[in-house]
Amino acid sequence: MAGIAILLLYNLLGLALHELLHVPLPGNVLGMLLLTLSLLLGWVKLKWLEESAQFLLKHMMLFFAPTIVGVIAYFSEIGRHWMLIAVNLSVSMASVLLVTGWTVRKLTGGEEEVERV
Amino acid sequence: MSELRELAGEPVFGVALTIGAYALALRLNRRRKWMHPLFACTGMLIMLLLVADIPYEDYSKGGEIVSFFLGPTTVALAVPLYKSLLTMRKHLKAIAVGVAAGSIAGLCVSSLVVLAFGGSKELLITLLPKSVTTPIAIELSKQLAGNAPLTGVFTVLTGLLGSMFGPALLRLFGLRSDLAIGAAVGTAAHGIGTGRLARESEAQAGISGFAMSLSGLVMSLLGIPLAIWLPIWLR
Repeated sequence: MAGIAILLLYNLLGLALHELLHVPLPGNVLGMLLLTLSLLLGWVKLKWLEESAQFLLKHMMLFFAPTIVGVIAYFSEIGRHWMLIAVNLSVSMASVLLVTGWTVRKLTGGEEEVERV
Repeated sequence: MSELRELAGEPVFGVALTIGAYALALRLNRRRKWMHPLFACTGMLIMLLLVADIPYEDYSKGGEIVSFFLGPTTVALAVPLYKSLLTMRKHLKAIAVGVAAGSIAGLCVSSLVVLAFGGSKELLITLLPKSVTTPIAIELSKQLAGNAPLTGVFTVLTGLLGSMFGPALLRLFGLRSDLAIGAAVGTAAHGIGTGRLARESEAQAGISGFAMSLSGLVMSLLGIPLAIWLPIWLR
């Protein structure tokens, strides 16, 4: 349970940073960066929260489900331009994916690095 | 019947339904590898709500409780990120450049598609920020005078698409390293893509979470010149 408490605390810290200092990242993303920093500095020990973190991460997709279900409220709006939207979403998704992947591969020395980080 | 209606408004209804559908979707995914669990889960939920004529507002009383856990779970990405930082520190610059290049490519391609279809300016703006994490996408859409809730919809759909097809598409183009997959999926499909990687590879999930926050930063920064330049260009 200590793990969950730490994760919630950093979530809250991230939110505070977002609200008070207007950092342009959402509170949970800021919380992730803050916690990473704390782990690197040794303020938080990995073993305190590893189990909780792994359980939540394993089911991360579940937590997106209600938001995706919310798309039903926009069915008619999407339907009006569905061709444009379908092409736009898939083509831009593919281009972000491939441009990022290719750039990273080129800069990290291509094939030799494969399978290993 | 009216008692049944009231039951749907209880928070436990939405929670039970969501977790039930998710558990079923995981089973399905074990038997049919190609069936993406989040796609199956949300497909079942949407069909059930439509067939049983349950208003989304009722379902979402429980849905919000499930969504709440997205907060601490995103924070939990610090664990894989911390672990991969120990080994990928020298590649940080490569990831940052890749994220920036991918984000800019996405903005250009997205605009071009809307222009090619003769879509409206509002639609162009609404479709622009969709590759970043949802709260940032919605904020950017507001700043640029787009339709913010609709941007949220496009953002989760983009995430779902990238989560379903991203890793396979990368493999098709010969991109197989944890660095390339993590960076690309995190940039293109934010948390939903990262959530999929979290089930498959800790290294990829850590890099993906990092790429997701970087792309959020890059987009927020790009939002400033876009807010100045877009109104002039689209006049």
